[in-house]
Amino acid sequence: MGAVTAHAEAHAGHELSFWRKYIFSTDHKIIGIQYAFTSMFMAVIGGLLAMFIRLQLGWPGRTWPILGSLFPGGMPGGEMTPAFYLASVTMHGTIMVFFVLTTLLTGGFGNFLIPLQIGARDMAFPFLNMLSYWLYPPAIIVLLASFFVSGGAAGGGWTAYAPLSALPQAAPGSGLGQTLWLVSLALLIVAFLFGSLNYITTVFHLRARGMSMLRLPLTIWGLFVTAILSLLAFPVLLAAAIMLLFDRLGGTSFFVPAGLIVGSVPVDHAGGNPLLWQHLFWFLGHPEVYVLILPPMGMISDILAANARKPIFGYRFMVASIVSIAGLSFLVWGHHMYTSGMHPLLGTAFMTTTLIIAVPSAIKTFNWLATLWRARIRFTSAMLFALGFISFFVTGGLTGIVLGQPPVDVYFQDTFFVVAHLHFVMASAALFASFAGTYFWFPKMFGRMMSERLGKWHFWFSFVGIYATFFPMHYVGIMGMMRRIYSPALYAHLQGVQPLNVFISIAALGLFAAQFIFLFNFFWSLFRGPKAERDPWRATTLEWQADSPPPHGNWGEHLPVVYRWAYEYSAPDAAEDFVPQTVPSGEPVPAGDGRGHAGRGGETPGGTHGSAHGGG
Amino acid sequence: MASRTLGKLSRETLPAADGDGRRPPVPGDGGGHEPGSEGISPVATARTGLWIFLVAVTMLFIAFTASYLSRRTAPDWGAQIPLPPILWLNTILLLVGSGVLERARRRWRLGDVRTLRRGLLVAAGLGGVFLAGQLAAWRQLALAGVFMRSNPHSAFFYLLTAVHALHLLGGLGAFGYALSRVAGLPVAAGPAVTGGPVSVTAAVEGVGLYWHFLAALWLYVFILLFFL
Amino acid sequence: MRPQHRASGSDRSGAALGGVLLFLIIAAVLGTIVARQRWWFPPLASAHGAEIDRLFIITFGIISVAFVLVHGALALLVWLYRERGEGRASYWHEHRLLEAAYTIVPAVVMAGLTLTAAGLWSRMYSAPPPDALVVEVRAEQFGWKARYPGPDGTFGRIDPKQFHPTQNRMALDRADPAGSDDLVVDISTGELHLVVNRPAEIRLRSKDVLHSFFVPAFRVKQDAVPGITLSTWFTPTRTGSYEIACAELCGVGHYVMRGKIVVQTQQEFDAWLAAQARPDY
Repeated sequence: MGAVTAHAEAHAGHELSFWRKYIFSTDHKIIGIQYAFTSMFMAVIGGLLAMFIRLQLGWPGRTWPILGSLFPGGMPGGEMTPAFYLASVTMHGTIMVFFVLTTLLTGGFGNFLIPLQIGARDMAFPFLNMLSYWLYPPAIIVLLASFFVSGGAAGGGWTAYAPLSALPQAAPGSGLGQTLWLVSLALLIVAFLFGSLNYITTVFHLRARGMSMLRLPLTIWGLFVTAILSLLAFPVLLAAAIMLLFDRLGGTSFFVPAGLIVGSVPVDHAGGNPLLWQHLFWFLGHPEVYVLILPPMGMISDILAANARKPIFGYRFMVASIVSIAGLSFLVWGHHMYTSGMHPLLGTAFMTTTLIIAVPSAIKTFNWLATLWRARIRFTSAMLFALGFISFFVTGGLTGIVLGQPPVDVYFQDTFFVVAHLHFVMASAALFASFAGTYFWFPKMFGRMMSERLGKWHFWFSFVGIYATFFPMHYVGIMGMMRRIYSPALYAHLQGVQPLNVFISIAALGLFAAQFIFLFNFFWSLFRGPKAERDPWRATTLEWQADSPPPHGNWGEHLPVVYRWAYEYSAPDAAEDFVPQTVPSGEPVPAGDGRGHAGRGGETPGGTHGSAHGGG
Repeated sequence: MASRTLGKLSRETLPAADGDGRRPPVPGDGGGHEPGSEGISPVATARTGLWIFLVAVTMLFIAFTASYLSRRTAPDWGAQIPLPPILWLNTILLLVGSGVLERARRRWRLGDVRTLRRGLLVAAGLGGVFLAGQLAAWRQLALAGVFMRSNPHSAFFYLLTAVHALHLLGGLGAFGYALSRVAGLPVAAGPAVTGGPVSVTAAVEGVGLYWHFLAALWLYVFILLFFL
Repeated sequence: MRPQHRASGSDRSGAALGGVLLFLIIAAVLGTIVARQRWWFPPLASAHGAEIDRLFIITFGIISVAFVLVHGALALLVWLYRERGEGRASYWHEHRLLEAAYTIVPAVVMAGLTLTAAGLWSRMYSAPPPDALVVEVRAEQFGWKARYPGPDGTFGRIDPKQFHPTQNRMALDRADPAGSDDLVVDISTGELHLVVNRPAEIRLRSKDVLHSFFVPAFRVKQDAVPGITLSTWFTPTRTGSYEIACAELCGVGHYVMRGKIVVQTQQEFDAWLAAQARPDY
């Protein structure tokens, strides 16, 4: 019913008040942009927290008088307290994973792109969509408020392992801060669920005429499968969060075993299982990793094809690998728990599934490389970031093979090797895909171009900065430095580590600083960028057939009709080197592709899967 | 291999289209105004959305179930709490409500708006009584000295009944919405199949499905807690 | 209608990216060579650790080759096919054989690694040998305590209710005679004594929250989970002094939660054991 409303509004819609149009809007594009701006704000906070971590690890024990005056609680006299350090670590992880990347990729890009790329006027449930966004700011307020409560923000890591997170007396951050963390996360999970519900329904029902599933751009495949993943995984984390809240506030003992003694004080709990939390958390947690990587994989594929002027290689293998990665992601959670005391046979089982998941990941990488073979690559900022994504995904994915093997992981579990791995494969890769997406779709979002010159500077600094920051962390991990320690200074085996830590910290500071090039470019281009054409990148997918920016309702009078797959680049006998999805099949098509349809009339969605493997 | 399966998927199971690429018309989508022209059925969309929501709720309870079953295998599981007899009454009330609602929905499809309105009211009322009954069960247990923290079984009892009750509260809100939609209908409105307003169909079908789901969910929770 | 990016040095960027990727490969290789001298594993001191290190080196070799090949290919492709001159990209997007090849090759490599690792993993978690020296290690915020079973070879029962901050810090059940000869050692201030070339079985407990028993030199890491006793075993192969670190975030003092292990010969160990006054909690 929402799409109908949206259509009706498309005709009579300019009378909306400022509030309805930009604040409490039900337009998917505005909601997507709201998600994106809010995520950017959170990214700055998450990045600042990372800088606190790096300041401490690079120069433990040093005082920073200026910071001391800004954060008298966490840095009395300018020296960071261990509790504040742990709060920074915890909040950096929580914010970056849930409040930046998940919200930006699914809430931001998902909202903006899904209706545009499938040829719909809006989401299936625009009101629910608005509700989804408006759960996000309250979640942020609750989360950030926890910095200012007694004991400070949660300090038990983003994984909030019980019983540390269940017992207020176990750590300062396990007080009210941890409760607020759980409440905030619960709010955000509901927002994600509303979003996922909307995305799945929209892709199911609102595809334009002729847009069969196998004509969908890979961006949509990534976002669609991600929505299914979120829908299945986030309720499990919600269940765990509710149970932990019961333990904390109601005195139940789901995760707290009997007979604990914190300090010298016995804990009054009846008996529960701390490993249960880990199982529930990672049952979400691992699919969550793919929530952060499947949309990037899709976006990258589209950006790569458009800038290589070449069809994406092995479209069907790409779809199949997205689907199989998603399916397998529910069977690998135990690889986070090899040393947890889980039965060793389970370790073997989880290793097997984990190494299997490397296969579809490798397929995707090789398909991207094959897409570049005999291409004609335009090195736009978006393309550079997309290529950077591939590099990070490969580097981080490869170290995953080390960590996937339990005997080796016994040594590396909870060391900086894991930190390096996850920051390449998940954090940096997803971040670069988001940058690529921003440079690529900014013209569609705001009707203006971003500065390519600044975009490239941003790329060079960020690409080098990320390798300089995270690559040496592998060595730190090999030396055996544990994660989440306030200082390595006490340990004999870490005596030689400090030069590396200083190097990493300096690189990280530079990396953080380089992001201001992006922020400047973004806001400057928002107002001063040159006006964008409808299709500045000469790309094939549907969103480029709408105005830049698209009006409310996206498509004017008539919905687009789709006649071909999303990757018709450099077809030999087409007039241009790209053919948009809306060009009827009677128009120039590649010779000898053996497709079963000649003209408009013969078009059936059933036959459309044939168009995915023309040529060859 | 995988790609062939996908091809099949797109042709056979996904809501593809009829000959000219539109979604097949769905009974009850009215067809009177706008939607027909863009091939979108709001009722089908709402139904899909609701099913997806039910999948999410199911996952929530699967997580609780897995926790419960694994916890039960631990040596310190201890004694089960006594079954508060009022739960039997609550169960019957909820099931009767579900039945009344289903009958009303069927009658409405034949054009009987009056029965629909009454059915919605009765089912919502029974839902309210169910909630009161659940509170009474909590109270009985508390008087008997069984609290949330008493033992693992009581913890799961309070947890599952509380989360189910929250979903039921949401269901009562949905009843309110459906009633407000139905209130606008003339008593003699024609059968929905041939063209009642779309929002009424979506609301009534949605509430019906959700309420049956909640009844089934309660039965499941009840059996899980006391008979497994 | 010509897009603006035509003139913006796309060609140069492609060449530059190729160069940067090449530089990345060289830096990664050189960095690793340097790191092997200065920033590498702590010296190995356990029997199974040799196998772990070997498996790591094999895996590391495989992923290094893959890293160099993929980045080399990427560098080459962006260099070769950057937008130059006239003409079009090739309309080539499907090749069954190629796709099958790069499905099968990684699958075979992964299968090989899985089998190798599964073998080692099951050996690491096999039952400890009967002659193993059994020690209980208990983690707490923020230190470690060890308990030797004493001459009777049996640990006394634990009863958390009998915990006393000065008189009964291990919370031993005073009613259990098996516990009367147990030897408790604070291994954060003192040392955990083990015997060289004799398997040691560590039974891990935790008093409060999760901890993890990490001995880098032994390549040993096992979480200590409150409410459960978990066992791990290994064989120290070199005498000397080693450090225990906590590898699972356990609170504000996580970073100071250290312990000390001394590996000595059986004679030295026996002498040390005989010198211990007990009971000592």
